Amino acid sequence: MTGAGEHYGAGMSADGSIRDRVGDIPVPEFTSTPATTAPPLSQARVAIVTTAGLRASGDVQLWQPTDGSFTVLPGDARDVQLSHFSPNFDRTGFAADLNVVYPLDRLAEMAASGEIGSVAPRHLSFMGAQFDATFSTMLLDSGPAAAKLLRDDGVDVVLLTPV
Amino acid sequence: MGVLARVFESAGLGTVGLSLVRRQAKNIKAPRFLHCEFPLGRPLGRPGDAAFQTDVLRRAFALLDRSDVPVLEDHPEVIEDEADDAATCTLPPRLDPNAHPAVDEAAGLRPAYNRQLAAADGRTAVGRVVGADGIGDLVRRFVTLAESADLDAAGFDADTVRAAGQDLRAYYEEAGLALADHVPAARQLETWFYRHTRTGEVVRAASAALEAAGVDRNVWYYLLPGNQQG
Repeated sequence: MTGAGEHYGAGMSADGSIRDRVGDIPVPEFTSTPATTAPPLSQARVAIVTTAGLRASGDVQLWQPTDGSFTVLPGDARDVQLSHFSPNFDRTGFAADLNVVYPLDRLAEMAASGEIGSVAPRHLSFMGAQFDATFSTMLLDSGPAAAKLLRDDGVDVVLLTPV
Repeated sequence: MGVLARVFESAGLGTVGLSLVRRQAKNIKAPRFLHCEFPLGRPLGRPGDAAFQTDVLRRAFALLDRSDVPVLEDHPEVIEDEADDAATCTLPPRLDPNAHPAVDEAAGLRPAYNRQLAAADGRTAVGRVVGADGIGDLVRRFVTLAESADLDAAGFDADTVRAAGQDLRAYYEEAGLALADHVPAARQLETWFYRHTRTGEVVRAASAALEAAGVDRNVWYYLLPGNQQG
């Protein structure tokens, strides 16, 4: 582990330093990539799954590191908050406009114009920037549970957004 | 995020992801990612710019037609944070000469915080440990923490101090949004808070005091962004 400021030298932006530091953190090794053929977008139901650590209904309690679970965000809930444990990214864009992380309004507009079939009744949030053990939880436990919930809601396409 | 994309595709769901860290997206061989070299925390690029956000989504959804997975395309635009250029926000004059300057400053920012709260229809990140009414007392506890390097003396434990640090940041950044009267570039209000306000100075001092006292790194490091320490 490194001390404060060691990776924040001159000549590199704050975000650039973080990208440089986390770009090659170990991830599970996969030999193939699964792929599903989704229905045409104009007929597809779209859900957002974000790893921003969002919580709804005014719940602002911080997400804890190593928590690989997810939370359900009702589709009409706009009182959502960034509850990610990490302080190492901009918060003001989301404070000003939730769509910059969680594009509820953009999807509603695309559904109204017929670009996408419909918007899912519920969206989900995990928290990213996680550690090794959480990969297993997401692969074997919470990820499949989330997939089932989305399929039960008739979702065809998932839009994944990070922070 | 790439792990989830893989799980969802295996379960019969089509996925498109926005990437903010290109090497991670590449390494995990996610099915369909659009890499956006945008500020961390702003994956759709520009707050308040619906046309730009819709364009990002259209480019991402276009990847659904691709079967040559893994697909990793790049959005053509680059947007960088501007942490080196603090937002310019006028700080309030002293209200109570007997109060600690940081506590007094926080009280003076309350009208600006309230304006942003109204503009955001009540959506606020303040409230993890205290609501807006408790910010003054929270600042006072951080002053104690900076002076004593003692979590107990300041009434914190390892979890609550991190959440409290986020409350202070959220209160100031949300007030800053009202004072700036526009949405500054990424991290400009962050730098304003930590480098140009009395309370930001107190938070930095508290983190430094905990580090100097040999407190566990996970306690002091996450009190503020790494680039704002020191």
